[in-house]
Amino acid sequence: MSSQKEQRPVAGNRGYIRQKKERTIDIVSRRLAQRYRKEKRFKLYGLFSIILSTVFLAVLLTSIVSNGYSAFFQTYIKLDVTLESTMLDRENLGKSDFQGIIKQSITKLYPEVADRKSKRELYALFSSGAAFQLRETVMKNPGLVGKTIPYWVPADDDVDMLMKGHSKRGVPENERRLDDRQLGWIDKLVDQNRIEKKFNVTFFTAGDSREPELAGIWGAVKGSFFTLLVTLALSFPIGIAAAVYLEEFAPKNLATDFIEVNINNLAAVPSIVFGLLGLAVFLNFFGMPRSTSLVGGLVLMLMTLPTIIIASRAALKAVPPSIREAALGVGSSKMQMVSNHVLPLALPGMLTGTIIGMAQALGETAPLLMIGMVAFIVDIPGGFTDPAAVMPVQIYLWADSPERAFLERTSAAIMVLLAFLIMMNAVAVIMRRRFEKRW
Amino acid sequence: MIVPVLLLILLALSVAGFFLGRKKASAVAKSAGGRHKLHSRPNYYGIVTGLWCCLPAFFLFLLWLIFEQRIVTSLVIADLPPTLQQLPRERLVLIVQDIRNLATGNIVSGEITPEMRDAAAHFLELQDIGTMITSVLVLVVALAGILFFYRRITPELRARNQVEIVIKSLLIVCSTIAIFTTVGIVLSVLYEAIRFFRHVPVTDFLFGLEWSPQMAIREEQVGSSGAFGAVPVFAGTLLISAIAMMVAVPVGLLSAIFLSEYADKKIRAVVKPLLEILAGVPTVVYGFFAALVVAPSIRAVGSQIGLDVSSESALAAGLVMGIMIIPFVSSLSDDVINAVPQSLRDGAYSVGATRSETVKHVLIPAALPGIVGGILLAVSRAIGETMIVVMAAGLSANLTANPLQAVTTVTVQIVTLLVGDQEFDSPKTLAAFALGLVLFIGTLLLNIIALTVVRKYRERYE
Amino acid sequence: MQDVLKKKSMEKRILAPRDSRETIGNINVPNPRMVCRNVNVYYDDKQAIRNVSIDIGSNEVLAMIGPSGCGKSTFLRCLNRMNDTIESCRVNGQIFFDGSNIYDPSVDVVPLRAQIGMVFQKPNPFPKSIYENVSWAPIIHGLVETKADADEIVETSLHKAGLWDEVKDRLGQPGTGLSGGQQQRLCIARAIAVSPEVILMDEPCSALDPIATAKIEDLIDELREQYTIVIVTHSMQQASRVSQRTAFFHLGDLIEVGSTGTVFTKPSHQLTEDYITGRYG
Repeated sequence: MSSQKEQRPVAGNRGYIRQKKERTIDIVSRRLAQRYRKEKRFKLYGLFSIILSTVFLAVLLTSIVSNGYSAFFQTYIKLDVTLESTMLDRENLGKSDFQGIIKQSITKLYPEVADRKSKRELYALFSSGAAFQLRETVMKNPGLVGKTIPYWVPADDDVDMLMKGHSKRGVPENERRLDDRQLGWIDKLVDQNRIEKKFNVTFFTAGDSREPELAGIWGAVKGSFFTLLVTLALSFPIGIAAAVYLEEFAPKNLATDFIEVNINNLAAVPSIVFGLLGLAVFLNFFGMPRSTSLVGGLVLMLMTLPTIIIASRAALKAVPPSIREAALGVGSSKMQMVSNHVLPLALPGMLTGTIIGMAQALGETAPLLMIGMVAFIVDIPGGFTDPAAVMPVQIYLWADSPERAFLERTSAAIMVLLAFLIMMNAVAVIMRRRFEKRW
Repeated sequence: MIVPVLLLILLALSVAGFFLGRKKASAVAKSAGGRHKLHSRPNYYGIVTGLWCCLPAFFLFLLWLIFEQRIVTSLVIADLPPTLQQLPRERLVLIVQDIRNLATGNIVSGEITPEMRDAAAHFLELQDIGTMITSVLVLVVALAGILFFYRRITPELRARNQVEIVIKSLLIVCSTIAIFTTVGIVLSVLYEAIRFFRHVPVTDFLFGLEWSPQMAIREEQVGSSGAFGAVPVFAGTLLISAIAMMVAVPVGLLSAIFLSEYADKKIRAVVKPLLEILAGVPTVVYGFFAALVVAPSIRAVGSQIGLDVSSESALAAGLVMGIMIIPFVSSLSDDVINAVPQSLRDGAYSVGATRSETVKHVLIPAALPGIVGGILLAVSRAIGETMIVVMAAGLSANLTANPLQAVTTVTVQIVTLLVGDQEFDSPKTLAAFALGLVLFIGTLLLNIIALTVVRKYRERYE
Repeated sequence: MQDVLKKKSMEKRILAPRDSRETIGNINVPNPRMVCRNVNVYYDDKQAIRNVSIDIGSNEVLAMIGPSGCGKSTFLRCLNRMNDTIESCRVNGQIFFDGSNIYDPSVDVVPLRAQIGMVFQKPNPFPKSIYENVSWAPIIHGLVETKADADEIVETSLHKAGLWDEVKDRLGQPGTGLSGGQQQRLCIARAIAVSPEVILMDEPCSALDPIATAKIEDLIDELREQYTIVIVTHSMQQASRVSQRTAFFHLGDLIEVGSTGTVFTKPSHQLTEDYITGRYG
């Protein structure tokens, strides 16, 4: 609308109101093309944003799946293990030298390797956990003593990476994890069909380990399970109770306003602050044990409580007042009205909110770092007071490890975590669809 | 463990109390001339009896659980040999910690002396005695509760009202937990922060330009207290948050506009769940993605065009954080834009405005307060976000505005200062709480402003 | 008892077979501005307008009356394709404006709506200043090029809407701060600022008090000199006061059309008579 444009011929618009020389339509039509160009551009921006978000999601998921799917398989090497009775004490199998037996079987494969340094290099191709696995097999089945059996042992992670093509043979020897001689030994195994990729059972059954080929996610899954159990057991009843009070009973006054502000604000407080609270109060003040599901669950409970309260209140709000009036009208007390009529109707909505809160808690990491759940824990937790890791923390720990094999396991662990999350959210969505009522 | 057994006994007693109370109520009613003489149904009398049995006993038990450690520990300290008692406080704390570890069978950090072994035995002994006494007390209180109420049951007694009062009180207690949480956060963070400010003046912390807390790690180096000027940390936080907002606000807002004003049902049905998935991805996954994919790619692109990009650049962390916040911004904006009444759209369309003109000149101005509120909430979230920056941003505090360099953030520092071995009185550990205090206050202010703005906005169109 | 009987006979009449419900009266006018032929409107599967044909004459006020839910507002919204904003709405039939069918795929709604303005039931000024409320549409359409043009258009439109004297000193204040009647006149000013040829009014006075209603009715009468006006109203008094022709709708059918005098004094259809004598509504 600048005044310079006044001289343009179109500026004859000036008098159009009085004289109406030109119809509105003619002036409008003249500018229409320009306006539609702007319209199109704006729409494209919007479309572009949507596509961008979708692309981000796609890149995120593909990079994780492409890095992680190979972790579900593990390279195994077949050894002919001779369980000589001379080396095994039938009375005390557990203490026998299985390490020695494994080494013997390896040397049998490569009789040409003699000196100590070479032998060490050779043994490095096999997982250090091989002996433990053999021990367990033999202890479960003592009848094997004295026999020679074909036995698949996990390969070391360097070999695993080579077989999966993650580390390349082409690079100069001094930049490789495996030297030329080791590659030769591997080739020999390949020639003899002694090397094979199998489904990685260890990944789903073991706890954490320093050795990638022995590390598994089961410990973290169980840790997450116990932690969430604590969270759920506390936050669901407390959350619903709080929502019921605030929505159905609370008088409208300063105190309840204050509670409301608090809840809404807590829902937006950074999660790490809850970790600081847990550290200062639960660990240092009450002296609860560090790194346990119990404390983790308590911290996550405080964190998810606002989410559950807000969702539950929304569910209660959605129950029409007519039902409350009907219940009160037949002479039931307010408590009976809530417990017999309002609560059952609001329960599906509350459950949905709780599941979403639990999914949030399952993915949460930061506050758990504060209460010491980052410890390296090999044992699989058996209860609420055992030291435990949870899945996201396990992911964080593995992501920090330098080995290439842990990168693949991190991605695989993420896939497992995402699978759980998608499952929970799907349940929430189905429940919402199922019970969604229009009043 | 004695705890579950005790709880089970308590439960059994309560159930027994319920039946006793109900029976008594029925009996009383019969002698008074029938059920209708009772004020409440017999079940209510039973419930009250059960509550009298379990509630006082349970609170007693809870008190013991909470204070057990402290009482036993102070008793153990009192019985320690004088040589140990005269040690400086810090050493004593460590030794007591070890004694406790020894008693519970955990790993002990220091060497074990015979005195400590004795103390640990003493510790266990005291604990056992305490548990015994408490158990007996709890059971006595439970039985007394049943007896007390059982004798008071009369037809006039308003049992239902009593049950409702108890339930209502429980509801009130539950709803105040939010307040206790806030108070707990404030007190715990403030307490430790004040201890920190005894070592380092507040002004040095808030306005100092150098941050290197690691220097103060050893206690003996009294002189070298490390540098605790947090300005570079704040600056780094703001830099990364700003980058994140530059990604999230336009993309999120435009997505929301497209979804609510342009997209038809089919597109919405596909895109909304996708955005929800993006919102549901845990932050640790985003952190991994940032460190694994985004940071190296940015570095590679940078070196292609001759730029020196740090492998922990602020850009990578900010970018990924922005992606994380996109669904947050878009869902908040979507709500806000949908809250603009249809009549305003009608008004604009009826004078012949195009969609984009309607959006730009009518909807966005009308929805602006709500959008601003949503963006403030998103900023608060970016500032408090931890895992992405822990995994993808740097540790060293650079005071720079260059997004290609590594910077550190408040949350990263909190994590690095508190994870791993900690000495609880060193300024290094306490500094984390001071940072936590700043973080809490900062986000609190943002949240309160944002929530107020959004609420006012909603009220306007309701 | 009498009442019940009366009601019963009433219902029978209302539920008479649909196909017998042909429009009574002359739908044609000598100088039509808009011509509607066989218009049907559906929301999903539900039919809201059934085979309506009517002419809208130049410089006349056409009032559309009928009981709630009879489809008069739906039909009004067809006339400038405001129904496009409702996803489930489908329209077929022809509505001619300037010789072309506005439901033809080649017709662009933006210039169409610039020529056929609309005023809504509830005043809906933009959350902008009074000045911007009026000047915005002319600016986006390029009807004004300079600040002076805009000033002039704002002044003229507010004058025509009878609001100028009340707001000339506070043009910068938000339009939402005005009273209900003033807001509605602001919306009328907004509609006439682009110099449309037809103005559609959807119960423009239903949210207003009697004084504000009177002002708007006077305004409608003045505006008739320059514009063609279609007004939907619940009030039969209003229809008889402001309109030259009246169309009576019932359950999606156009029952009767005629000059306002005829329809109100000698209605031909039983339904029309029952409605205007207040037996139902």
